[in-house]
Amino acid sequence: MGPRAMLVAGIDDPAGWALALRERAPAGIVDIVPAAETVLVTCRDAAGLAAVRPSLAGVLSGPSERVVRRSVDVPVRYDGPDLAAVAAAVGLAEEVVVARHSGAEYRAAFCGFSPGFAYLTGLPVELQLPRRASPRTRVPAGAVAIASQYSAVYPRPSPGGWHLLGTTDVALFDPRADPPVLIQPGDRVRFVPC
Amino acid sequence: MLTIVEPGWATTIQDLGRPGYAHLGVSPSGMVDPGLGELVNRLVGNPGGAALIETCGGLVVRSERPLLLASSVDAAPFTLAAGHTYRLPAGERLWQYLAVRGGLSVELLLGSAATDTLAELGPARLAAGARLDVGADPGTELTLDVAPIGALGDVARCTAGPRADWFAAGWEARLAATTLTVTDVSRVGVRLGGATLGRVHDGELPSEGLVRGAVQAPPGGELVMMLADHPTTGGYPVVAVVDPDDVAIVAQHRPGTTIRLRL
Repeated sequence: MGPRAMLVAGIDDPAGWALALRERAPAGIVDIVPAAETVLVTCRDAAGLAAVRPSLAGVLSGPSERVVRRSVDVPVRYDGPDLAAVAAAVGLAEEVVVARHSGAEYRAAFCGFSPGFAYLTGLPVELQLPRRASPRTRVPAGAVAIASQYSAVYPRPSPGGWHLLGTTDVALFDPRADPPVLIQPGDRVRFVPC
Repeated sequence: MLTIVEPGWATTIQDLGRPGYAHLGVSPSGMVDPGLGELVNRLVGNPGGAALIETCGGLVVRSERPLLLASSVDAAPFTLAAGHTYRLPAGERLWQYLAVRGGLSVELLLGSAATDTLAELGPARLAAGARLDVGADPGTELTLDVAPIGALGDVARCTAGPRADWFAAGWEARLAATTLTVTDVSRVGVRLGGATLGRVHDGELPSEGLVRGAVQAPPGGELVMMLADHPTTGGYPVVAVVDPDDVAIVAQHRPGTTIRLRL
């Protein structure tokens, strides 16, 4: 990915791999960015990438426990505009959809799309639907949503094509806070009905 | 204090951005052309990464007290007397810089004064009437009388991207032989028309990390080169990556002009 960055593919658990590399804190690395199936390692310059490249092969060898960074509870009011439509589409009562969504244990696989937007894996297979045929032009901040194999919370108003199940009042992104995001890759997440 | 009299176009405060937060979904942001911006900062004795104004033109400022300024168009430091205005002249490059000795004094978010136009993070875009505080005099010598700003090249070097194998054999030669037209520009990315690469891989790409300079090839036909406020992950295959030193060659071209990519 150019002279200063490398896209590492074929990683079973990108969030765990990224955490393991981050723990080593190799010099010259600017960022370690997990995504769905890859990790992007960016360095200050070409020399930095050359120095770090040999150690990338040994970051995670063999099968590993899913590394968990920390646990986060997200309180949710299940009042989303798509709750009824999702229930109909999956053939379950709304209360069952809520129970299945909030009963699952999620893990933040990666962040992307906007600051603090974490893609959470662990959505029960019976709730997995393609994105909406037509996205909304505006999804409110705090919207708790699902699409494909992921659940997520929209940190701020934006366009969005995911199904909205509910709302949370907690801040997903605050640039003045440390850390600035609520959910980071590798975090375990639970949605708590309130 | 520096006052914006006329903001012009795409005028924001920038510095060297906030690298290191892409894993949280935060773009590096910062100057579109850091080489040029750092040079303008040095003209007024600032550290290269001091907060300054980035604009696509039309900017008019007024100083409330004598200030030492430099722009990437005039390329030499000058004193703007109290109450006087300065109109940034038009230049060859699309993105121009105006630095003030002491830098602009702005709240830092995630370590940077930069405006991220995609995430809407950082200072608001500069509007008429905006009053900008200027930082303390850095106490440095002025060592540069005139900035050696050359003509803008029109060939950018690049290397094959991580998904180059999604494209038909010979894509490098086809790309190198193509005159690409800049069709749209923003701080997020540059759209380039005219390429026919030939995709050989079906199916979608799970989102993966992006860098400034990465050239995506979405299904529509145009190429998109990532710029300062690029999204941190994307699902379009990256066919090539423009060398960091040549990203500005592409970015500084106005819509309607042409460039070439050379591997």
